[in-house]
Amino acid sequence: MAADNEISAIYYIQHHLQNLTFGYHPQNGWSLASTSAEAVEMGFWAIHLDTMGWSIAMGVLFLWLFRKAGKMATTGVPGGLQNGVEMVIEFIENLTRSTFHGKNASIAPLALTLFMWILLMNSLKIIPVDYFPEMFGKLGFEYMKIVPTTDVNATLGMAFGVFLLIVYYSCKVKGVGGFAKELSLTPFNHWSLIPFNLILEVVGLIVKPISLGLRLFGNMFAGEVIFILIALLPFWAIWLLDVPWAIFHILVVTLQAFIFTTLSIVYLSAAHEHH
Amino acid sequence: MNINMTLIGQTIAFAIFVWFCIKYVWPPISSALHERQKKIADGLDAASRASRDLELAQEQAAQTLRETKEQASQILEQAHKRSSQMVEEAREQARAEGERLVASARAEIEQEINRAKEELRAQVSTLAVTGAERVLEASIDEKAHRKLLDKLAAEL
Repeated sequence: MAADNEISAIYYIQHHLQNLTFGYHPQNGWSLASTSAEAVEMGFWAIHLDTMGWSIAMGVLFLWLFRKAGKMATTGVPGGLQNGVEMVIEFIENLTRSTFHGKNASIAPLALTLFMWILLMNSLKIIPVDYFPEMFGKLGFEYMKIVPTTDVNATLGMAFGVFLLIVYYSCKVKGVGGFAKELSLTPFNHWSLIPFNLILEVVGLIVKPISLGLRLFGNMFAGEVIFILIALLPFWAIWLLDVPWAIFHILVVTLQAFIFTTLSIVYLSAAHEHH
Repeated sequence: MNINMTLIGQTIAFAIFVWFCIKYVWPPISSALHERQKKIADGLDAASRASRDLELAQEQAAQTLRETKEQASQILEQAHKRSSQMVEEAREQARAEGERLVASARAEIEQEINRAKEELRAQVSTLAVTGAERVLEASIDEKAHRKLLDKLAAEL
């Protein structure tokens, strides 16, 4: 009995941590993965439908809300939605002004997108862990993991986007030669140390997006696992731990979005600086 | 935790969202925000300017009031001075007039006395002559004594 319980608990956890994967399976061809093993066998050429769907939904929600506020924006007394939106925009603007030292009007909207998008994706975590998997289970989908930031692909994907921007702005501001020079001649400005510098700088460059993505993923994933573990308790005891953990996560959700945004601005600011 | 195409999909979604935000979301809100900030700043400026103006006006009013009060008190003082002067002048005039009246009355009296004296004198001499005539009854040469008596009368 105890072993049965254990097995079902492990199954429950694994089930909740499996994405709805669509991809090319060596045996089944293009299909939805019906087990974790199948998802692994699909390799790289697969896509997490739930991650993509929910993240795009959150992104569209953010853009729709803010676009609506932007269309109604008046210079007079702002209404409720405009007030909230303006508060966020002002917060991001101040953050950008204090962190970013270059001259680039695109950084603030970029930071806004990152912050709001990650905030909304993280916020999905507050929804009880069983609601959507059950609902989509009824609709015939085996797996449904609704929090995109608990998927390492999503967080690394965004971090990769930031990385591309770092490289792009480094080349744009300093020129390709300048950027290459920065990679090869710092910290030790001597020709014989170019290989050493190169290794140091390239590792430093690559570590930026990886740390960015993994930090967000780690925090969100760990939180999600704990939510799932709490959900395994007897139903009358769940709220005892679930409520404090959820309240604590309101902080974590905001904080992680803020950290991701701030670090992205810092990295982009460094990309704009001449040495 | 499989790394798969989701990574690329997410990057593309990210790029599209950022582009959309830069192009359509940020500018209207940001410009409205800055315009309002400017409006508020202008309003605050105008308010502070107005309060400064008010202060100035109040000061001016106080100044005018002070000046007016001073003027009024000056005028009052002048009037007082003037009235006392007038009273003084009138008194002086009255005194002078009185003196003049007294003097003229005195002169008239003197004149009257003199005339009376003259008359008396004239009558006395006649009276004396008549008296003496009565006493002496023709024993006296009127012409001869006339001169003597006139002399006597002049001595009176």
